[in-house]
Amino acid sequence: MSTLTKYSAIPYTGPAPTNRQQYVPADAQMMDARGQEIAAKIGSPAMLQEHGQDLPTFLVDKAAIVDVLRALRDHADLKFTMPLDLFGVDYPNRERRFDVVYQLYSLANNERVRLKIRVAEDETVPTSVDVFQGYNWYEREVFDMYGIRFDGHPNLRRILCHENFQGHALRKDYDPAQRWLLTDQGVAHIMPKIAKEYEQEEADSDFERVTLNLGPSHPATHGTLRIVVTLDGETIVGADAEIGYLHRCFEKMSETHTYQQVIPYTDRLNYCSAFINNVGYCMTVEKLLGIEAPERAQHIRLMLSEFHRIADHFVAIGTNLVDIGALTNYWYLFQPREEIIGLTEMLSGARLLPTYTRVGGLSIDAPADFLSNSQKIISSIPRFVDEVEALIMRNRIFRERVEGVGVISQEDAINFGWTGPCLRATGVPYDVRKAKPYLGYETYDWDVPVSEGGDTYARFLVRFEEIRQSVRIIQQAIDRGLPPGPVMVDNPYVALPPKEKVYNEMESLIYHFKLIMHGIQPPVGETYFQVEGGNGELGFYVVSDGTKHPYRVRVRPPCFPIYEAFPKMLIGQTIPDVVAALASLNIIAGELDR
Amino acid sequence: MPEKILKEDSIIPRKPGVAPGQGPEKGLITLPGEADREVEGLGEASYVTTKLEQVVNWARGNSLWPLPFGTACCAIEFMSMVSSHYDVARFGAEVVRFSPRQSDLMIVAGTIVDKIAPVLKKIHDQMPEPKYVIAMGACATSGGFYRAYHVVQGIDEIIPVDMWVPGCPPTPDGLMYAILKLKEKIERGEIRRG
Repeated sequence: MSTLTKYSAIPYTGPAPTNRQQYVPADAQMMDARGQEIAAKIGSPAMLQEHGQDLPTFLVDKAAIVDVLRALRDHADLKFTMPLDLFGVDYPNRERRFDVVYQLYSLANNERVRLKIRVAEDETVPTSVDVFQGYNWYEREVFDMYGIRFDGHPNLRRILCHENFQGHALRKDYDPAQRWLLTDQGVAHIMPKIAKEYEQEEADSDFERVTLNLGPSHPATHGTLRIVVTLDGETIVGADAEIGYLHRCFEKMSETHTYQQVIPYTDRLNYCSAFINNVGYCMTVEKLLGIEAPERAQHIRLMLSEFHRIADHFVAIGTNLVDIGALTNYWYLFQPREEIIGLTEMLSGARLLPTYTRVGGLSIDAPADFLSNSQKIISSIPRFVDEVEALIMRNRIFRERVEGVGVISQEDAINFGWTGPCLRATGVPYDVRKAKPYLGYETYDWDVPVSEGGDTYARFLVRFEEIRQSVRIIQQAIDRGLPPGPVMVDNPYVALPPKEKVYNEMESLIYHFKLIMHGIQPPVGETYFQVEGGNGELGFYVVSDGTKHPYRVRVRPPCFPIYEAFPKMLIGQTIPDVVAALASLNIIAGELDR
Repeated sequence: MPEKILKEDSIIPRKPGVAPGQGPEKGLITLPGEADREVEGLGEASYVTTKLEQVVNWARGNSLWPLPFGTACCAIEFMSMVSSHYDVARFGAEVVRFSPRQSDLMIVAGTIVDKIAPVLKKIHDQMPEPKYVIAMGACATSGGFYRAYHVVQGIDEIIPVDMWVPGCPPTPDGLMYAILKLKEKIERGEIRRG
């Protein structure tokens, strides 16, 4: 197939982007109006609205941030109960150089709000842990990366970088390649805090309390997670988790590369469903550029996203069952997963981490037998799922291992900022694909599976059902057929011209040269876009300063708040429960530590 | 060209399997060094002679017990290698042990960052001799495309490495090839000691 068919035959006639243009989101006016309503409802003089953003955005006085967050959470109409994200941005030339950005979500109204505070280098910020428990680790991360101190934080120490690290890595004046050696003396000594309900019991107990370390190299922790538990006999009375054992600097690396070069890095966030990360990042940059991928590209993106979601759930279920001793299911589930990997290879040339999307579409068109092969895989998957379900769901050993294990209440899950299958297992039907549909998910007929209970068993049920729903979506997508047309936008400021044209036309050669040398240059501004990843809401926040490098790429990792809540779920349980519950959360270290 | 097995629901080409003893090698095992020597009356005798070291190396190469030090994406491909489709059991290296005391081949699958580097060193120290290390993938080999403030630029900064596998991540075939190459190397007796 000639690569010429990749692009439309009609030449691009739109305007050339002028450098340093201001980004104007399509829905800016609506958001401004909504922002005014929110401000009127809260009525706080500390909130100053920022106009022309893609979300209702407020610049908040630093001292009032906790009150504003609490007011937004508790307001009867607004109910911004879920903390989505908290991160910093560094503008070294400004008088108060740091922005700390809070993003909240309201399940009741299905809307988001963004709050910003400005902090100078020697200033501190009041902690918001009392309002949202989930902000505990986020604040530690901001401290680690920017050196911003939070007053009243219960445990403000480094979270991603190691203890011997000097400086703060995401500051703009930090050299991206400057490493620091960790010596044995620098290894963090963690002593979990005893949970409140067990504080008094030590005198009555027959046992001496023992502190046990699991991980980071432990079969049940999948490589890079570390949990420290204090045991009273067999009961866990205190637990703490340590992360950062796979912190490979995604956000700093993004700042030193061009917009296209970031795509392979996004693959390696959640490597079990890598393609969804590609889609999320590329759609964020597309939103910033104000372009949309062609219909054919969107269709393939949707299908492969669902395939990767299925593969992600296969890995999650399979390894979870291995951890509690049921090895057969792992072999069963890896067989259809291998077929999905084969399909990915057929499309992109790579097995696990496809790097298949580009800003503005896809790298190459799908082969002719893509749909027929998808049909083959999709027809075989229900059989495997049914078989595994038949093997375990009425197995008493399995049920005893997972029922009532690793329980989290709905309120806690929301307060920590959980999303995805783990949140849906507590009975909240929040799915980005339904709440803010993208890629045309709203045109498909499918349901959001929800389970009550919030335990390991409920998470199993949700994942099994989600596989079936994804199969339904893919089946509909296959029945509709691939729309004709190109898979890449016809915009020479975003998409490389085909090689034949580069070698034969002066104009294409110039475009090619310009795009390689100067890169994609989005307008100046910031934007946030979210997709439903394998583990929940995967959001990208991109700040552009009009150059070819992103000024800041923030990824909202779904695993981060989930793992943050994990120590709390362990209190009162036993060590085997740790193993069963941990695997059911499907913590992917690449995404957790970035 | 082997005949392609048609599995209705599979898109991956498969080769027909051969039962043990039915293949070209007819189930015979050749001991190292045996082919070079003229053995008289082997038909009646129930013994062969060879060097002890050669037999030991031959056994070692054919029964590697891997310890997956899996941290990232490569660990998923390692999982693919040990699971049903690729099945490393065909080469005797399927006994995955997570305890360093019970394994002799460490497969470092994934990025090693500065925070986990002391752990890697400690686990390697805990493995009994003889021990072998495979650095799987670009990150373990050289830090890969993470030339960053928290990433070890290749695990040979910390521990000795016997085999490097290219790829990001390497395919399961690639890792399998490395295991086979390591096996050859062990059987030749080329591996360092101590």
